[in-house]
Amino acid sequence: MISSTNPQDLIPNLFRDQYTKMTAVLCRHFGLEHIEIAEDIVSDTFLKASEVWALNGVPENPEGWLYTVAKNKTKDYFKHQNIFDQKVKGAITPDINEVNLPIELDQSLISDSQLGMIFAISDPIIPIESQVCLALQILCGFSVEEISNALLANKETIKKKLFRARNSLRESNFEIKELSISQITHRLPIVLKTLYLLFNEGYFSKSNNQVIRKELCYEAIRLAIILTDNKTTDTPEVNALLALMCYQSSRLDARIDMHGELVLFEQQHTEYWNTELIDRGNYYLVKATNQQETSKYHLEAAIAYWHTTVNKNDKWNHILDLYNQLLLVEYSPIIALNRTFAFAKVYGEKKGIIEAEKLALINSSYYFGLLGYLYTPIDKDRAIHFYKEALALTQSTTEKYLLNKRITELSSK
Amino acid sequence: MKDFMLIFRLKDIADSKPSPEQMQERMNWLASIAAQNKLVDKGNTLLPTKEGARHISSDQIVSDGPYTELKEFLSGYIVIRTETIEEAVEIAKLNPLFKIGGSIEVREILKRD
Repeated sequence: MISSTNPQDLIPNLFRDQYTKMTAVLCRHFGLEHIEIAEDIVSDTFLKASEVWALNGVPENPEGWLYTVAKNKTKDYFKHQNIFDQKVKGAITPDINEVNLPIELDQSLISDSQLGMIFAISDPIIPIESQVCLALQILCGFSVEEISNALLANKETIKKKLFRARNSLRESNFEIKELSISQITHRLPIVLKTLYLLFNEGYFSKSNNQVIRKELCYEAIRLAIILTDNKTTDTPEVNALLALMCYQSSRLDARIDMHGELVLFEQQHTEYWNTELIDRGNYYLVKATNQQETSKYHLEAAIAYWHTTVNKNDKWNHILDLYNQLLLVEYSPIIALNRTFAFAKVYGEKKGIIEAEKLALINSSYYFGLLGYLYTPIDKDRAIHFYKEALALTQSTTEKYLLNKRITELSSK
Repeated sequence: MKDFMLIFRLKDIADSKPSPEQMQERMNWLASIAAQNKLVDKGNTLLPTKEGARHISSDQIVSDGPYTELKEFLSGYIVIRTETIEEAVEIAKLNPLFKIGGSIEVREILKRD
């Protein structure tokens, strides 16, 4: 899998790849309340790898090496802990911890541990934004700095969120060793929401860093795939969410920037669409529709599917219909705006404007952006006026750039 | 904010089997309310068949179908949330059912504290 033999290139890759898995496996032994210990051991292991590999070269099986070292470090930890407990506390503890710790590289154990971690993080008592932070840190191995870059939030805020989330995690008695079916079904919707938000953070990220954004999207996909690998969690909803993510990701390279998908979509070059991801999307959507179940993820995946088609008959009719249904499942301003855009595509700008003005989302730059777009063929001055309103409301530099570009184009006509 | 139930009545049973275009219009109307975040309950459509309807009179005589003696029959309802009843009426007026001679009753919902 890894071709590079230069430790400087290899270690960061392995870290991204293995850090979470190793932490998850270790957490099975320590319990979630001691997640820091597991993380410390894994970090130590990587530190040792960077020292030893630089001197002696990369071992034949780097992953195996990492697990062996982590296993030994864990044994050491328990040995010290025992001595501490016996000598210092004077307690007589049976010597159970020292005997064989079954830390295995077994693939099923790894994926089960990771699955367990996903479910542990999706604790209903943790606020949803904190869950996303926690997922980024524990499941995706992001540093505080990377999280704050990705979410465009202050580092201190992220730290506080993580601190609180970890505290609640410690207090909850969630066992990742055995997930009961009822725990899984109870928490699955929250898990999906976390993954959905994680993906959206990447896809709609305020950050201009294309690399970070892609990574967020792909991490969300990777975690969702873990869910489909397990029988209990391979539900139609999970597959629909995965289909949605694949379709959306297929346009990552074509989008450049994605603040107003509604407006930008038309200018995308379809040759940049990733057909492989579209095919994956189709695969998961078919899998998702095996049963009679239509969740919001199904509807969103279906919309994303239509977006991957070019000028098919009735395309916008279908998209409008799906947005109409989606709004009945869940209201959000962005769904309302997208629905109105689709409505204008079907019924024309004039009727679209009537629908748009009903929304009265006067604090949203997208709202004025949509009005500007709809007025463009009808009343140039009004269009400019609305684009300027949008400009005043947005913080994003890319959005500002696009709005300015539109205003200049309109003014020169 | 107040909640209002919009109660739909139709004249002709044939109208309760809408064409795809009529369906689309109804759906657009409903989604438009949802897009304004004013939809509280998307309500239900009532089956217009004789098998699915009974009327029980005050002396408990049960008869088939609610519409034999009535000029209009109840076809469905939704609940919306607006500042005033006037606003609710304006929203109701846009419903495509008026094109086929239907009617809408707007009723404020009593809130018990």
